[in-house]
Amino acid sequence: MREFEYRRVLDVSGAVALLDAEPDARFLGGGTNLVDLMKAGVERPTRLVDVRELPLDRVETTADGGLRIGATVTNSDLAAHPEVRLRYPALTQAVLAAASGQLRNMATVGGNLLQRTRCAYFTDVTQPCNKRAPGSGCPALKGEHRNHAILGASEHCVATHPSDMAVALAAFDAVVSYETAAGPGELALTDLYLSVGDTPHRETALPPGALITGVTLPPAPVAANSRYRKVRERASFAFAIGSVAAALDVRDGVVREVRLAFGAVASRPWRARQAERALTGGPASAEAFMAAADAELAAAEPLSGNAYKVTLLRNLVVAVLTELAEETAR
Amino acid sequence: MAPSTSSVITLNINGEKHTLPVDHRATLLDALREHLDLTGTKKGCDQGQCGACTVLLDGRRVVSCLQLAVAAEGHAVTTIEGLADDGRLHPVQQAFLDLDGYQCGYCTPGQICSALAVIEEHAAGWPSAVTADVRPEAGPPPLTAEEIRERMSGNLCRCGAYVSIVQAVARAAEARGTEAPRAEEEQDDFKEAVA
Repeated sequence: MREFEYRRVLDVSGAVALLDAEPDARFLGGGTNLVDLMKAGVERPTRLVDVRELPLDRVETTADGGLRIGATVTNSDLAAHPEVRLRYPALTQAVLAAASGQLRNMATVGGNLLQRTRCAYFTDVTQPCNKRAPGSGCPALKGEHRNHAILGASEHCVATHPSDMAVALAAFDAVVSYETAAGPGELALTDLYLSVGDTPHRETALPPGALITGVTLPPAPVAANSRYRKVRERASFAFAIGSVAAALDVRDGVVREVRLAFGAVASRPWRARQAERALTGGPASAEAFMAAADAELAAAEPLSGNAYKVTLLRNLVVAVLTELAEETAR
Repeated sequence: MAPSTSSVITLNINGEKHTLPVDHRATLLDALREHLDLTGTKKGCDQGQCGACTVLLDGRRVVSCLQLAVAAEGHAVTTIEGLADDGRLHPVQQAFLDLDGYQCGYCTPGQICSALAVIEEHAAGWPSAVTADVRPEAGPPPLTAEEIRERMSGNLCRCGAYVSIVQAVARAAEARGTEAPRAEEEQDDFKEAVA
């Protein structure tokens, strides 16, 4: 590991200034991903700016009835928060489906959004990787890609974004707030992650040196009837091979509102807007759920080893929406 | 002047203050074992995946292999060495001993620190990934074997002593008395209770 300077900051402007002054500086949150990547030699910062003591550790109700989640709120505190559990239960489920109790106590909301892919070629510095070393190639295309992307990937990179939390946030129209030396800004979570194209090393639309300060959830009554379902290769403490965050409002058998987002299928949490459009105003039936899933997944371009994900996602969508429809009918 | 890549820090470990120089690259795990001779905390994977290095930071379980020592300054660290009270084992330690919650023992300090926090998290009303209804009005789920397995999934045991580990956690939880937690109040008391 490269040697580095360590600076602990107590205010946001100080944090942003310290990062701005050093090109190879990184913000340190819980460190569960960054410290691991530093040990592997993937990340080689010359300065760490520790943001864990910033006053961004609260979950608060906004004036319009939404929630404002500070960037240094831990995954544990977010999942356990009564308002999140009551009004956005799929968000609690998504966070609890991720990592382990120890890691959730360390990991922060801001860090979770900016965590890096777990593609084994990305984390192995002896391998080529267009994301880590632009232009060096992508061994996953012809190599181990069982858990790689089926949507929105390119010939340059097929890595997935590993977050569960971000999938639920995408379904609920979350907005990310950030601060830079030039002032504050906002981005819709679904616009935070850039298209892969031929620049997989450029991952987010955040300006250089930006510090994520929080995430705002607008009020969404439909979210009270929501669910996160994650499929993985063991019962606990594993990344998804496919996941769905869904919220559904059905009246008299008709879909009034639906939210749907997929995880582990793309370089970003995948908001399934085609499926949402196909469902809204139509019948809440298994046939309609399947047709909507197919409409979204028509754009899938699986590789030789991950075509199973298309079927997996279709089945997940039907199962989760069917459960939610039955629960609203009750 | 080149920026400093090491610092003299003061760590609060098991209620005692220790002042030591650390390279910023040092993890809390390495500081405990290599600098302070507190070798009860074990190094397994060193990647946050096995839980052998679990300690409590301000009363909450964390993996010390991914926690930089320099970033732990100003926080209370509790290790396996800090659990017994004047020679009397902590109830979680006693339950592991009574029910053979181990075989070789290497993962045991991490299992015990994690179990202790699991019991407090459950008492504070935290749901888990196997909790059927996470809404607050559903109340806390009973601490079933399924709940214990899910909540302990960050601690691996290569000997496979899981059957008795689950029993030990269940017994320790019973002994603590996890009847109907008052979620709000207990959240506030949580850090003190386990620190």
